[in-house]
Amino acid sequence: MTATVVPAVSFARHPAAYRHWKLRIDGVVAWLELDVDEDGGIVPGYELKLNSYDLGVDIELHDAVQRLRFEHPGVRSVVLTSGKDNVFCAGANIRMLAGSSHAWKVNFCKFTNETRNAMEDATEHSGQTYLAAVNGSCAGGGYELALACDRIILIDDNSSTVALPEVPLLGVLPGTGGLTRVVDKRRVRKDRADVFATRSDGIRGRTAVEWRLVDELAPRRDFTEVVRQRALELAERSSRPLGAEGVELTPLEPDGYTYEYVRAELGTDTVDITVHGPREKADWLLTMTRELDDLILRLRTNEPELGTWVIRTEGDTEAVLAHEKLVLGKPDDWLCNEIVHFYKRTLKRLDVTSRSLIALIEPGSCFAGVLLELALACDRQYILDGPPIEDMDSPLRASIRLSEANFGRFPMGNGLSRLESRFYLETDHLDWLRKEVGHALTPAEADELGLVTDALDDIDWEDEIRIVLEGRAALSPDSLTGMEANHRFVGPETTETKIFGRLTAWQNWIFNRPNAAGEDGALRRYGTGRKAVFDRKRV
Amino acid sequence: MPEKIDYDAKIPNNVDLSSDRRLQRALEGWQPKFLNWWGEMGPTLRTQGVYLRTAVSVGREGWAHFDHVHVPDYRWGIFLAERDGDRRIAFGEHAGEPAWQQVPGEYRADLQRLIVIQGDTEPASVEQQKLLGLTAPSLYDLRNLFQVNVEEGRHLWAMVYLLHAYFGKEGREEAEGLLYRNSGSPDTPRILGAFNEETADWLAFYMFTYFTDRDGKYQLGTLKESAFDPLSRTCEFMLKEEAHHMFVGTTGVDRVVLRSAQLIREHDTTDIAAHGGIPLEIIQKYINFHYTVSLDLFGSETSTNAANYYTAGLKGRWNETRRKDDHRLTDGSTFLDRPVDDGTWTQDEVQTLLALNLDLRSEYIADCRTGLKRWNRILAENDLGFRFSLPHPGFNRNVGINRGHHITPDGTIVDEATWQAGRRSWLPTTEDLAFVRSLMHPVYERGKIASWVAPPINGINGKPFDYEYVHLP
Repeated sequence: MTATVVPAVSFARHPAAYRHWKLRIDGVVAWLELDVDEDGGIVPGYELKLNSYDLGVDIELHDAVQRLRFEHPGVRSVVLTSGKDNVFCAGANIRMLAGSSHAWKVNFCKFTNETRNAMEDATEHSGQTYLAAVNGSCAGGGYELALACDRIILIDDNSSTVALPEVPLLGVLPGTGGLTRVVDKRRVRKDRADVFATRSDGIRGRTAVEWRLVDELAPRRDFTEVVRQRALELAERSSRPLGAEGVELTPLEPDGYTYEYVRAELGTDTVDITVHGPREKADWLLTMTRELDDLILRLRTNEPELGTWVIRTEGDTEAVLAHEKLVLGKPDDWLCNEIVHFYKRTLKRLDVTSRSLIALIEPGSCFAGVLLELALACDRQYILDGPPIEDMDSPLRASIRLSEANFGRFPMGNGLSRLESRFYLETDHLDWLRKEVGHALTPAEADELGLVTDALDDIDWEDEIRIVLEGRAALSPDSLTGMEANHRFVGPETTETKIFGRLTAWQNWIFNRPNAAGEDGALRRYGTGRKAVFDRKRV
Repeated sequence: MPEKIDYDAKIPNNVDLSSDRRLQRALEGWQPKFLNWWGEMGPTLRTQGVYLRTAVSVGREGWAHFDHVHVPDYRWGIFLAERDGDRRIAFGEHAGEPAWQQVPGEYRADLQRLIVIQGDTEPASVEQQKLLGLTAPSLYDLRNLFQVNVEEGRHLWAMVYLLHAYFGKEGREEAEGLLYRNSGSPDTPRILGAFNEETADWLAFYMFTYFTDRDGKYQLGTLKESAFDPLSRTCEFMLKEEAHHMFVGTTGVDRVVLRSAQLIREHDTTDIAAHGGIPLEIIQKYINFHYTVSLDLFGSETSTNAANYYTAGLKGRWNETRRKDDHRLTDGSTFLDRPVDDGTWTQDEVQTLLALNLDLRSEYIADCRTGLKRWNRILAENDLGFRFSLPHPGFNRNVGINRGHHITPDGTIVDEATWQAGRRSWLPTTEDLAFVRSLMHPVYERGKIASWVAPPINGINGKPFDYEYVHLP
């Protein structure tokens, strides 16, 4: 099936123009109410019935989660509930999934997962605890949405259920962390998890509590009141500041892919991304992060064939480190804290981006501290050992700088810093690197310390880089995606790596199998009243 | 030693209950809870014996055994229509295979859900009709109310039997849940909306038994086609009893219309409220309301669930075996009227398989028209010009494609203001309801009847109208 031609997706939203969510702030509690506009699909061709969602619905959620952290420092708990009667959320819209290209499906799932993770991140690091008020049937992605919350309250009307019906009904997996969160986060016993995930009708009432699928039940009449009480209790445990003023996230307004600090130029196979260091303005890290985040999302969704991203920086190294000191030096400042965690999440987005990432470190670049993380997130790093290519007489030379920021302030999904991941279990090496904090490292030193893939001199540079990029473009994108994801995440598994690694890989595979995506597959047959035909061989 | 229970005497059945220990144990746990429920949620009026029909077996004689019965001691039984040993599945992808005597694992959840939803509606109407005995227009009507009530109770038993006998521990839990949800309860309402509406007066009761129980007839009719043979046989027997409920509705409305017609002629005015009758306009408004609420019970015009149930063989069409097509419906299509925002109607082509609810609803609508013909004949016979009509299927709907549109009874799409302005003349107003309720005074004297309804032409089981159908304390 050919995918519908879709217009370029924008991720810019504002609560005043949400179509699917209502955001209401009531003192320390924010109420996020899902009330999906059936006719408001991001792509024509399906109706978003029963509060089911698509990318457009999730982009609004992402926007709301983000704004709550920055614009509403007074909010200490967030209630996620439905504005419709008897249905909390039916999950991802199946007709949308059935009609989408493989790439669209996977991108959608990835983004959705990232938003779910952002909700958990807000609970863990920002004192904004999410509470799911499940006021009706809650299935698939709807339950996964609830699972991303810290607490789940289910309406006790003797008929509402929570369910993960993907396996029995659709022949696919609950792909936005459902399976993993059930056993890892909520510690549902594996046999019960097995029963639960193979029952299309789900589990209700006391059994749902007993199995830990939800935390508590609340009667219909007092439901809102019980939820409000719980939200207030959760709010009391919060560390959010009192009386702080929020920071408005004003529209980014890029010109194509050119923002204030970030710009991208599209080639035939590659994208050249340049991140600029701070100028006079004090909000550099926040603005740059917003721009980079937006760029990553748009490139991922709208430019699927540009398989290699070449990442450069330009600007003043000292200014980067000075700004970093300003933001990272105030761990008690709520806004600094938000910026640090936002940048962390944006780097994580890069980590799970299915593109080859190549950092080019040239004279005039500023890969220092926070920005060095960008290079470390890349699959390879090349440093130019010589003058700038366009100016042979310049005394300018490339260098990189480590800072404390590189030693754990921006952990990856596996819980390790990018340096720890790069030098996995090499504590001696990490100790050695720690001694280099603050020094400008020459290409030779960077090479010796293992911080770059190669230091190339100015004679070889252009050719070598061209060959690297052309060679890359010739390889199978699928195998590259798998290989890169595997190399990037060394060491321990966490809920996050399981979701993005294992679960996504399985889902990818299942999405391509005839049992799900074939002409007679479950995903394609769903909603037609006809039954799927399965290839019974287990592989 | 506990006393040995004579199951066949206490619970008339044709499922060999006395030798099925598993089923006995399940019922022993459930029956006291059922009786508690009946005590709390069943008829408020205390009686000392009601002339009831009890099914004691499924044979020609057995299912209509009449006697005065102390209502709480009514012998709710378990009856399935006789088994056809050679029955084959008539539709879906298992068509032609032998009917299932056990629940296939693959369809367990779906079958259970279907049975629970059907089961949930049966006791709901008992709850809705709880207070009606206090305002019965005659002993004859009071008797009919109790007959309907006990049979709804038995239909609950029928579904509970299936849950107990075929769905294990979960089935027992669901069976308990049927008693735990209550009509109109703010915390645990009945699953379907129509069963949470109040049945506040006797005209509403007749309308309910005409329109809403008729939905039940069609739902049972589709379950009767089920590949799961015990469900099929249960529903077949339930359909026999359901016919009586509809008789109560049909003749009930007949008698109200007749009485109104008589009063109009007697006083030479259509404004018969002052003379203790129900004006024809109010009857029309009741028809409009109960008909549309009942249409909602058919669900959305297009339904994936219904299609899945059909393909799987769980739920067929009305008169499935008499239909002349491939009984798989994977190819055909049908047309569906859809309101457009600009105020016009358009037609959507939809796959037949997805439009099964629409198919069933059409059968139902055609059946509903027969009542309208009867009532209009009564008007004609009394030389009255007024005629009742069924409103357009888009009118006053809360489910399906018409939901959210403002459609008048004649099918015109209007804006909200126009609809709200017309609403008072189309649906019962608070004043209408209060007026009808003001007529509801109990008449418990033998042979007497309330002012607003005519006596029946025939009594029950050959007894005269002035028979003492109910012994009151």
